[in-house]
Amino acid sequence: MAALDEVFRRAWPVVVASTARLTRDLDLAEDCTQEAFEPAVASWSATPPDNPAGWLTTTARRVALDRLRRDAVLARRLPLLVEPGGADEGDPPPTDPLRLVFICCHPALARESQVALTLRLVCGVDVPAIAAVLLTGEAAVARRITRAKQKIATARIPFRVPPEEDLPARLDTVLTVVHLAYTAGHVAARGALRDDALTERATALARMLVRLLPDEPEPPALLALVLLTEARGPSRTTSDGDLVLLADQDRSRWDRALIREGLVLATAALRHPRHGRFALQAAVAGLHATAPSWSDTAWAQIVTTYDALMRRWPSPVVALNRAAARSRLEHADLDEVLHDIDALAPDLAGYPYLPAARADVLARLGRSDEAARAYDDALALTTNPTERRYLARRRTELEPSDDR
Amino acid sequence: MARYVFLMYDPEDWHDTVDEQGVVDEFRLHEEFMTAVVEAGASVVGGEALERSSTASTVRRGEGDPMVTDGPFADTKEALGGFYVIEAPDLDVALHLAAVCPAGTIEVRPVMEMPDGV
Repeated sequence: MAALDEVFRRAWPVVVASTARLTRDLDLAEDCTQEAFEPAVASWSATPPDNPAGWLTTTARRVALDRLRRDAVLARRLPLLVEPGGADEGDPPPTDPLRLVFICCHPALARESQVALTLRLVCGVDVPAIAAVLLTGEAAVARRITRAKQKIATARIPFRVPPEEDLPARLDTVLTVVHLAYTAGHVAARGALRDDALTERATALARMLVRLLPDEPEPPALLALVLLTEARGPSRTTSDGDLVLLADQDRSRWDRALIREGLVLATAALRHPRHGRFALQAAVAGLHATAPSWSDTAWAQIVTTYDALMRRWPSPVVALNRAAARSRLEHADLDEVLHDIDALAPDLAGYPYLPAARADVLARLGRSDEAARAYDDALALTTNPTERRYLARRRTELEPSDDR
Repeated sequence: MARYVFLMYDPEDWHDTVDEQGVVDEFRLHEEFMTAVVEAGASVVGGEALERSSTASTVRRGEGDPMVTDGPFADTKEALGGFYVIEAPDLDVALHLAAVCPAGTIEVRPVMEMPDGV
């Protein structure tokens, strides 16, 4: 059954994309794909066909043709997808799903719409699950997806892989969306710590980008980052489901095969002359993955890598991670680190990991009262129950303050 | 091909400080923009520069008699100062052109296409 899930997951974007080439309407393409998948999901557990994606594509396109014939009048009135390469001719090219990714992640769409559309149309995630990722209601997600599809058609966002001169910037948006989807699964908003279905789909999407854009350095870098993070998966919680931070994880439980694959990809990505921010983030993940223990981690190298990130791709989140890494250096000046963290507060209002990092540094400085207040701030911003339990526990474990 | 309106917004102190050379430069920028439009396989099908927003009158039609007020509909730091109507193959081309359009902020809106016979 798991193998069949994998078959469906891989086939979904291929079917949506090639049906969209026929219908030139994303809404209709999605409907027809859904209609092709439903009977297949029910009947294939016994004997799936030899070429499942081909079978599903043929079925979805047949459904689409039926609908288009039936609603010929309606079809003429629809604003259609702009296909610069000309309309449907012959076999769909293998890069079809790529065009789907780029249209979903078009910079003229809001980030939340990009995430929602990508999860729905490329990954086949259903609306309730997307609502959980975006921390909003199902009706709001459905509206957002509908409006985004309308904008694509009405404003004529083209259904194509961007030309070479636009590719780096457009690809960066795509990778950001995939990374957001992965992160939303890595620490789920509700329920268990992780949403495995979401991380698997985001990982599969990263793999697809590597396959379809073999000359670009950043997709393998993102895949490396995802795999090196994913490798720690099983050790992130105790048997009781409590959170275990990287510092305390049993490193013998890390997935060595994923780490090996991630390191090979990360190393190649870093050597590429056009490497980007995901290569550097993968480098940090790689340094953690190869460290024998938390204390024997190459903190100086991690700080240097964050410095490189800050020079070319500065962001408050990177600055926070850099400050946290600096606090682990030998002879770290914790007062200075605290000052740096506090300076980021205006830019990271609402970001739970800022007060959590602050609490940690305050606790190490022996300023327990302030640390307790910082843990309260972090708790107020954290929704995941596993993370909440962890923060509450850390708060109760604080030593009485040194300063009073 | 589709038509897009480029709504151009700028701070209006330009009107107070501009000299003759400034006006000449501005005209040159618009000529360069129109050349870029043609080179992109698009065309300019309309457009006007507008007098400053303090010359605007706004009429609101509600339940009773229409209400006339002095000034623009929205009083903003950056005001609508002109527009182009551009015919372009798709939004990507339109957005590339907006990026070289001489204005501080450009809103790109697709024109509603009417079916034949309407």
